[in-house]
Amino acid sequence: MENNSSILRKVIVTLFVVLCFILQCSVFNSLALGGIIPNLMIILTSSFGFMRGEKEGLLIGFFSGLLCDIFFGSFLGFYAMIMMYIGFINGKFCRIFYPEDIKLPLALIVVSDISYGLLCYILMFLLRGRFHFPYYFTRVILPEALYTIVVTIVLYPLILKVNQKLEEKEKRSAQKFVS
Amino acid sequence: MSPVVKRKGERFTLPSKYLLFILTILCTVMMLVTFGTNVFNRPFNRVVGYVIVPFEQGIAKAGEWLSNRSDELVQIRTLLAENSALKEQVASLTEENTLLQQDKYELNELRGLLELDEEYGDYNKIGARIISRDSGNWYSSFVIDKGSNDGLADDMNVIAGGGLVGRITSVGPNWSRVTSIISDNSNVSGMTLATGDNLIVSGDLQLMAQGVISFSKLVDSQDAVVEGDKVVTSDISDKYLPNILIGYISTINKDTNNLTKSGYLTPVVDFEHLSEVLVITDKKQQIPSGGNTDGK
Repeated sequence: MENNSSILRKVIVTLFVVLCFILQCSVFNSLALGGIIPNLMIILTSSFGFMRGEKEGLLIGFFSGLLCDIFFGSFLGFYAMIMMYIGFINGKFCRIFYPEDIKLPLALIVVSDISYGLLCYILMFLLRGRFHFPYYFTRVILPEALYTIVVTIVLYPLILKVNQKLEEKEKRSAQKFVS
Repeated sequence: MSPVVKRKGERFTLPSKYLLFILTILCTVMMLVTFGTNVFNRPFNRVVGYVIVPFEQGIAKAGEWLSNRSDELVQIRTLLAENSALKEQVASLTEENTLLQQDKYELNELRGLLELDEEYGDYNKIGARIISRDSGNWYSSFVIDKGSNDGLADDMNVIAGGGLVGRITSVGPNWSRVTSIISDNSNVSGMTLATGDNLIVSGDLQLMAQGVISFSKLVDSQDAVVEGDKVVTSDISDKYLPNILIGYISTINKDTNNLTKSGYLTPVVDFEHLSEVLVITDKKQQIPSGGNTDGK
């Protein structure tokens, strides 16, 4: 029944997460503009969130955050939690999402990235007494969001296409099961 | 709350709200547990060591190859122009060399004076390559391609180009994470080489762009510390080996309490263009000549 295609989906999504993480840590670090790298994990998490719903969004967010945690977090679960909630909230927009429309995805990804930045600032910097918010906003959060949009324009159509292919496949196998 | 979404995901058994709740609790528990201990680190680090790190190593190798090739191309184009420039440089370098030799003589003398002869020569070191950098923009850490299989462990010091880079904060079988001293969450206990005054060197994201890091809590009532003084890791640090060069003082300001001083420090390591580092496999506690820490 559906099992086959859902395994395929899992494999492909896992590959996406791993690939984006590796790209972000290696290739995009060499392409850093002014020391700022884009956040591919946010693009992935929120696009799967609004394309596929809350559950997939939060799971992808959780695992991609966990990956960041294992490699670069000072303790486990921090990024995982933030990314999970971002995926979940993006999943709420699944109902008003249409594949033809690119404005909503772009807006959602930007808002997600900025709120991710703000949360990181508040939890990791503000609480340690780094009060110079305008600096961090203009030098880290905003450039990251801008760079992320640019990358989104390239990466998002790819994610969308792969997801559409997968959904087609799932629908086909579901119909086969019915008839 | 959202029937459409739920109907879409019929094959799922668990509603996403509950899943979110469960995972939130899981995250919180993990955070609480790993805040003090590192019980989860071992299995997780092992898994990602086999899944992610080989790819990263491959990409790092490919990237290196590509940059080498592009370097070569650029070199061929500029070689001729460079050649004439280099000839001029040779002349000036010869002059500079004599000056440097004088400096070296002076340095050796001073080192003898400070009984710093052993410097880093006595430590066992392993070379390692950087294979990936921090995935975020907030902290500055990177992953190297050696891990516990090569004898690395937490808290080992990492140096490059004669200066302190940072220390290992997480170890997997074939990778380890190095938190650099310019990272915003890093503090190093240092001292000025000339006067032996202790200070705290802390990384700062805001200063990173200017290529400096900040130091504070320098007690120097006699105003003996001046700009340009060498700062090394201090004897009292419990994570860092003593006398590893951190950098040079670039500015000193008196704190408002009139007791301590703070300011900026230029690190000797070029963190922007770091690709290979040396890991000192001796840990602070293991050094026989470590003075007070010996008994531990």
